[in-house]
Amino acid sequence: MPDSDTLAYADRPAGSVGLVTPHIAKFDTPLALACGKVLPEYELIYETYGTLNAERSNAVLICHALSGHHHAAGYHSEEDRKPGWWDAHIGPGKPIDTNRFFVIALNNLGGCHGSTGPVSHNPATGRQWGPEFPLVTVSDWVNSQARLADYLGIERFAAAVGGSLGGMQVLQWAITYPERVANAAIIAATPRLSAQNIAFNEVARQAIRSDPEFFDGWYAEHDTVPKRGLKLARMVGHITYLSEDAMGSKFGRDLRSDDLNFGFDVEFQVESYLRYQGDAFSTAFDANTYLLMTKALDYFDPAAAFEGDLAQALAPAQCPFLVISFTTDWRFPPSRSRELVDALTQAGKPVSYANIASPHGHDAFLLPEPRYEALFSAFMTRIARDLELDPDHATQGVA
Amino acid sequence: MMRADLALIYDWVAEGAHVLDLACGDGVLLDTLAQHKKVTGYGLEIDPDGITACVARGVSVIEHNLDDGLGCFQDNSYDLVIMTQALQALRRPDKMLDEMLRVANEGIITFPNFAYWRHRIHLGLRGYMPVSKSLPHAWYDTPNIHLSTFNDFEHLCQEKGLVIVDRAVGVGNQRGHWSSRLWPNLFGEIAIFRVRRR
Repeated sequence: MPDSDTLAYADRPAGSVGLVTPHIAKFDTPLALACGKVLPEYELIYETYGTLNAERSNAVLICHALSGHHHAAGYHSEEDRKPGWWDAHIGPGKPIDTNRFFVIALNNLGGCHGSTGPVSHNPATGRQWGPEFPLVTVSDWVNSQARLADYLGIERFAAAVGGSLGGMQVLQWAITYPERVANAAIIAATPRLSAQNIAFNEVARQAIRSDPEFFDGWYAEHDTVPKRGLKLARMVGHITYLSEDAMGSKFGRDLRSDDLNFGFDVEFQVESYLRYQGDAFSTAFDANTYLLMTKALDYFDPAAAFEGDLAQALAPAQCPFLVISFTTDWRFPPSRSRELVDALTQAGKPVSYANIASPHGHDAFLLPEPRYEALFSAFMTRIARDLELDPDHATQGVA
Repeated sequence: MMRADLALIYDWVAEGAHVLDLACGDGVLLDTLAQHKKVTGYGLEIDPDGITACVARGVSVIEHNLDDGLGCFQDNSYDLVIMTQALQALRRPDKMLDEMLRVANEGIITFPNFAYWRHRIHLGLRGYMPVSKSLPHAWYDTPNIHLSTFNDFEHLCQEKGLVIVDRAVGVGNQRGHWSSRLWPNLFGEIAIFRVRRR
């Protein structure tokens, strides 16, 4: 992982979008959800980078992963120690070049970073939504994102782009709104979770739900949070994000002190790291949101409506796809991306696929890597060429 | 400018064909075919720079090791499978030929002709493994592990009961001279075959 200190605002490398401010879009047209419930009104928090051109043809949608949000690039303040989660790939001169493209990143419904979700006020009950917030699906997210596109006056995205759970949203976009996405980039994703993926999610959910501080999801009303459960959930999740090799080279069997102390306190560096990651997450993320997001992952299966025939599910798609996997990703391994690619070729859809050598496991999609960047840039540059996006034109009006 | 063998193949591909190009390199053939003959399909490639070049052109390319076979492609799902300058680098060229003609009814294959007269001089008179424009590697680092000749390939097609629809030769960067058309096994540097299932 990059050293966050070197990425602080003051030390930001060239190619940063700089300081950014989130916006909120309010929607009062009810949104019918896959579960049968209806959200009467909701808000989505989002950020944009770059400038929308006069033709409104240069918009790129960024879909976030399990614990992601709307802050994908740049800094919120000069004191920020870290940029947005995909800063490595969004900015002037980066693969998603903000000199050309108008980039939109949002926090999904059910999130805990400013969009309507379990921590929001439920007007129907006067309480927080808490565990009563409906279980939203990838399709629901895509429908709500389409409303955001309407709100911003974007008829058609130059590209929809996402990694992991974000890639699944991009896939759903191509199926549900084929006329609204000109290109799709699906990175480190899968067309459906495996039994093993669901099993890991279930361990994470059980960790949260069995925490005595969970109170069936009403922890906020008890002025507490299920910290231990969230911490465990994150620790388990984190193991699946890294490769065995990455963990091995980062920590090996290194001890924090010179000798074994024959106890259960932290001894190995890897234990220390996981506990630190878990602790940080447990105070920063909402437990109900985590439960909901893992369910959205589990439920995603566009082929299910076609007796498992993914190629048939993909029939409506019209755009060229770029599918990228990483060699050491065992959460959504290359074989799962290949499954998607094979279905796309069977369906006769334009698709390119690359399996990038990286030691970083699933997390590789977040990190800079020369081949990954070159490929991603080539894809985005081809899009800019096809759409005749003039790089100078888009930057006008931006300092 | 396209390589001589690619220019020849270009003429053989039907308008609007659905094509699989094995070892498609930087995608120049598929790109040209798509632009001028409305051809659709995919290139398979293993070289990262080739894949990036294809993506930059807008050619659909799939990272795929040909030695893994074509199991992910269904029977008769393409009009044509093309494989240029890769046959000799495969672990089992004969099995790939079966695979190509399972996926499509027609295949176009090009490979360096080991019986080319310059190669024969290298080996026959000077006693060294041939090194030439079409076989640029030293014996110890060559990816070409299954070298063959015009005659060898024709023999394999006969054994498999395949129909040789067309046969051509390439020498250097041009199409073959009359002598190479008359005696391809001796004067043809690059062998170009168009084969079909019977």
